[in-house]
Order: sequence, then C-alpha cells, then structure tokens
Amino acid sequence: MLNVLKARWHQGYRTIPYPQAAPSLPDRFRGLPQVRFSLCPDGCHACMAACPTGAIDMDEHGKRRIDLGRCLFCGECGVVCPHQAIMFTTDHRLAVRERRDLCLHEGDVLNRAAALDKKMLRVFGRSLKFRQVSAGGCNACEADINVLTTIGFDLGRFGIQIVASPRHADGLLVSGPVTRNMALALQKTYAAVPAPRLIVAVGACAISGGPYVGLPEQNNGVPSALPVDLYIPGCPPHPITILDGFLRLLNKIA
Amino acid sequence: MEAKPIPDRFLRLHPNVKALLRDVPVLAFDRFRDTFLSQVASGARVSAYFASPRGDGSARLLAVLSQPLSATLAVFAADVGGSYPALTPDCPKAHWFEREIAEQWGVIPLGHPWLKPVRFHASYAPNRDAWQRRPGDPIRPADWDFFRAQGEDVHEVAVGPVHAGVIEPGHFRFQCHGENVLHLEISLGYQHRGVERALIGGPDARSIHCAETLAGDTTIGHAIAYSMAMEALAGIRVPAKAQILRGIMLELERLANHTGDLGALAGDVGFLPTLSYCGRLRGDFLNMTAALCGSRFGRGMVRPGTVRFDADRQRIQRLTEHLDQTMHDVRAAVSLLWDTPSVMARFEHTGALHREAAAALGLVGVAARACGLEQDVRTDFPFGVYRFAHVPVSTWDTGDVFARAWVRWMEIQRSYEFIWDNLMALPDDPLPPLPPEAEMEPDSIVVSLTEGWRGEICHVVLTDPAGRFAHYKVVDPSFHNWFGLAVALRNQQISDFPLCNKSFNLSYCGHDL
Repeated sequence: MLNVLKARWHQGYRTIPYPQAAPSLPDRFRGLPQVRFSLCPDGCHACMAACPTGAIDMDEHGKRRIDLGRCLFCGECGVVCPHQAIMFTTDHRLAVRERRDLCLHEGDVLNRAAALDKKMLRVFGRSLKFRQVSAGGCNACEADINVLTTIGFDLGRFGIQIVASPRHADGLLVSGPVTRNMALALQKTYAAVPAPRLIVAVGACAISGGPYVGLPEQNNGVPSALPVDLYIPGCPPHPITILDGFLRLLNKIA
Repeated sequence: MEAKPIPDRFLRLHPNVKALLRDVPVLAFDRFRDTFLSQVASGARVSAYFASPRGDGSARLLAVLSQPLSATLAVFAADVGGSYPALTPDCPKAHWFEREIAEQWGVIPLGHPWLKPVRFHASYAPNRDAWQRRPGDPIRPADWDFFRAQGEDVHEVAVGPVHAGVIEPGHFRFQCHGENVLHLEISLGYQHRGVERALIGGPDARSIHCAETLAGDTTIGHAIAYSMAMEALAGIRVPAKAQILRGIMLELERLANHTGDLGALAGDVGFLPTLSYCGRLRGDFLNMTAALCGSRFGRGMVRPGTVRFDADRQRIQRLTEHLDQTMHDVRAAVSLLWDTPSVMARFEHTGALHREAAAALGLVGVAARACGLEQDVRTDFPFGVYRFAHVPVSTWDTGDVFARAWVRWMEIQRSYEFIWDNLMALPDDPLPPLPPEAEMEPDSIVVSLTEGWRGEICHVVLTDPAGRFAHYKVVDPSFHNWFGLAVALRNQQISDFPLCNKSFNLSYCGHDL
C-alpha cells in the first residue's frame, strides 16, 4: 500500500491544460497545410503524382486544391515540390462540420467546426456519450481515441465519455473505411443509438477511404446515408485534434 | 539393403536477399510434402505458406520455412490443381495457412480438419471456389458452422464483431459449461480491406502507405519489412545512420506497445494505478517517435533506401533526456504489478499454454517466448542494425498471463538499453542523399523478416518480367498467434477472456489485411 502511494506521488499530476493553454506538439508534427499553389508553374504535377490518395487535384475551374479528408498528412507532396507550394504547419485544429469544408484552395481559411445548435447543445452540452465503431482501417485511430481516456487528456472532465453499448450512447465515433464485412454491423449499431444522435468520422479512412480509397473491399468511408456531424481529418488524427473537434462541437472552444 | 531417403530439395535463401524465381525448385507434390514435413520436424518454422495463381488456371504452392540454426530460409514450390492432400493433419501449424490458401484461390486441401474461410471474401480465382459459392453469392463474415460442444448445461456465448471497448472488430464464439470455457473459436475478416491485392502491379505512390497501415500499431515493423524487400530487389544499400534510426524507431514502437499492454493488463484485473500511469507513459514513447518523424505511429519515417528524417545532436540530447525520465516512471509504475499479490494471483496460472503446444501451433513473438521458446528474428535472422547490436532474447517458461507480462517487461528494459546505446552511437554526419531510383529485378523473389513488437513479420515479394510486384504476401505475427489464444482459453473461466486476450494483444487488421 505504501508503495502504491509512493508511486502515486512519484507520477505527479499529468493532465494537460487544454484548451486553456496551447498543446506542446513536436516541431516535425504535420498539421494544417499551408498551400501557395500560385507558385506552381504550368505543367508541374509533382505533388499530385506523389500523393498516395489523390488528395491534391484540380477543381472544375482548373484550380488546384487539397482535400484534407483524403490527405494522410504524410508530407510527400511537400518533399517533392520544388517551389515550396505546400508546407505543413503544426496547427492541430482541423475538425469541420461539412465535408466540403475540407477542400482548400490557396488563401482559403479552414472553416473550423461550429458548435451544435442551441437545442442540441441543451441535450448534449454537458454530457455526451459516444460508442466507437471500428469499421476497417489499421487500428491507429482507435489507439489515439483510446488515449483521450487516459489521464493525459482526461476526456471525462468535459462530460464526454466512451460507452460500451450503443443503447447508452448519444452518437457514434466511426473509424475505418467501412469494409464490406463491417457495413452491416455499422448500420445495426447506428440503428441501436437512440435519436437525436451524432456521427463523428475520425480519420482519413472514415472520411474518404484513406489509403484504401477505391479498393473493392471497402466503401470509401462512412456511407452517405449516415449524416456525419463532425469530420476529423488525419491518418490518424492526433488525439489533441480529436479533442479539439469535440470541444468545438460542444461550444467549449470558440 | 534399404533405399537411401531422397534428400530434401529447396532453395536456400537468406532473408532480405533476392533470388531468381526460376531457381525455386518446383517439386512433385509428394516431394513437396516430404520436404515440408521433414524440415518442420527438424526445427524449421513456417514463415509463409501460400498459393499464387498460374496462367493455366492451376495454383503454385510456395513454402517459406525458416531455419534458425543456419539463419536461412528453405523455399520450395509445388503445382497443384483444384485440390491436394492437406498438410495440416501432420503439421498443425499449417492449419491457418491452408484455410487461407483455400479461401484465396479455391484450392482445396483435402482432409483439412476444419476448412473454413479466414477472412470471408470471394475467391480470387475466377470460377473456382473452395465451397462452391457462385460469383455474386452473398458472403457474410462469421456466417458459418462453428465447432459446438453438446450436452446438458453446455451453452454458447457469442461476442462481437462490435466490442464493448475501443477495439477492432472480430467475432468470438465460446462453448461453455457453466463459467468454464470448453472451446473458443475466433472468426475474423471484418477488417479485410484487400491490401495484398492493392499492392500488385506496384510499387506506386500508395504502396508504402499500404505497408505502413497493415497494422497501424506496427507501422515501423511493417514499413521496414517492406523497405528491406524493395532494397533487396533494387540493389539499394541503406546508409548506416538510417539503419540505426530504423532500429531506434522499431524499439520505440516496442516500448510504446509493451508499456500500454502492461497498463491494460493491470486494468483488466482492476488495478488502476498501473493502468493510469502506463496509459500516459505509452503516450510519452509515442511522442518520442513523433519528435523524430512528426507522427506518433512513425508514419513517414521509413522509406526504401533510407529514413526520411535525420536526427542531429540536439534532437538526440532531448530524446535521451525524455527517454530516461520516462523509463524512470515506467519502472515505478510497472514494479507495482509484481509487488501486488492481488495482481499476481490473477496473472499466474491464467491462460497457460505449454511449450509443446506453442511450438506445434507455430506461435511467434512474445507469446512464444513466454512459453520458453527462444525465438526472435533480431537474434535468429539479424537485419539492419541488429547485425551489429545484439538484443538478448527474453523468455519465461510458464506460458501464462504472467509470463506474457513479464517477457514484455524484460523486453522493455532491453529495448531501452538498445535505444540508449544506439542514440550514443549515431554518427554526427547528416544522412546522405537518396540514390536515384533503381529498377527492381524482374522474375525474382525476396523474403524479408523483421521482429515487430508482436513477433515475426514476414513479407514475401514476387516480381513479374517487368520488375513490378506480381504477388505480395504478408504474414503478420497475429496470423500465427490467434489460434494460440483460442487454445489458451480452454478450461479457463470465461470471465478471464479479456485478460487472456489482452495478454496476447493480437492485431485484427494485421490478420485481416
């Protein structure tokens, strides 16, 4: 018993002061990319060729854009670009409410997630329970969702909790590209969550299929029949990015 | 006078060294079978055993058996039609491989004792299905007969695919008598996203990312295996500094996962102090990985021929300080486990697996070493920096949850020492620039082996006449070990399943590919 108390004293207080203070992220962390496609000379497509998921493409007006929903934040595009047109900043705040907000042209400011409306905030603002569904993918998103429940992030202090049954949940956290073998289980789990309910798509897979986009054994992410309320990009998203998204949704970060 | 036995015929191959495909002997099936069984009887392990299609519609079985005593691989093949006599009745460790062969290519291993799909997808061979399913027939995961126990008071418990925790999907079917588990059958495939097939025709911009996400918690392990195969095929030499950095990353991955596992094991027996501390400390190791390459899982670090991020003196200094502080805390958090009788009472004698069973089933990694089997790719088939820096093999012989926890703890200490030594040995010179891209050798085969934190990772790559991937086979350690978990559960209380499961902590996505 004395040893247990000694260890408790030894380990100290470890919960990060987010959102009061900015998180400490490594200098090499790849967060929100800053794009200056106006530097691209005609005919240079090096970034598009290097991108593993086709996240960089031309829109219908021939203007280059980057889709953070597809982006793996691998940084390969920045490495091959001879003109420094793509630089990854350490900005971790990436979550949005609408799929289209993830497509960025030069000069676009990321339209970060807005809070739920007043009625929904009254229901979920102080207590929000999620059921997590892992629907394919590589288990990295799951690992970094799990981290939020450790003492470092202490998700519980915001009234957010991950629960064991969809019946106890207010929404789903979906990760993975939704493999063919998980499509039915995802549908059934969603149906088991009582309304009103939220869906959060965590990671490139759940948003777009991620590194598996286009493969026949998966569905390129959460099917359009399920209304997604929050998109959290990354491969996997940093836990602080996920937390930031939750807190914006609950109006705890403006 | 008795006839002399015909000597085994196989290509003797070193891991991470290419050979021409035509040098792999294609044996008559009887010879293939005799060679396979005699090699296994003399201590070889099955690193890979799979089928690849041939133009005429037949399939070619390819066996890659690893021989730790000589640090070489025996590679040999046999052509089979729609069926062949299964090896599993004589060699239990072929069990899962032969189910995979049947599912992928519709080739039936006759006499297989439990021929079911392992991932539940359609056959890759047109018009040939091991279970006579027609194209377009619905295939539903776990929708199959399960092994059943019958009798009074016997009942069945079904769990999954969606579990209570934040974990991957899988289906578990228990046959119970009261609280006692008579048999557990594990049905996977929910995470199947078709990665091996996606790699065919590569390498391309997606390939390395497919390798990095084979099992997300083993990004470095699989990325090294992939890169070593590419380097062998293209004749690329990896600079010493890059090799050392790869080793450091691989051991950081081991530290993070082993520390997290020890915390989770504490949680499964309701011992919250170690659970809380290790949850945070696992994150510290992930953050060290991110300090080197920007990603907590090591994404973007390992690339064929090199690593993408260098480390200068200042970065190494910061890393060393963080490592020492974290290790100090890990020691304090983990030693609580061994000093707490209520924890030890739950760890000891739970989910015990005998050494003989572990060897017969072909277990790898922590699960095998916890049964007293001395096997570790870093020692048996040293690669990269491990050719120069030796990591002692950590074993324990009780085969129970305690052994699997204790082996992790020993490995945490060895990995820490390894990282420390190698950070000190890291050359000051910056990484040399990457040599220009080289063509890969056509019509060749290479086998790469690494020791991920769960155990042996094997990639087998076959190239076509243009030097592209003709076939890509991945064997994650979980592929060997899932059946070991099922066997360890026999005669255990069903309430001990979470504890036993966590003590193996196998990958669903690494298995399902």
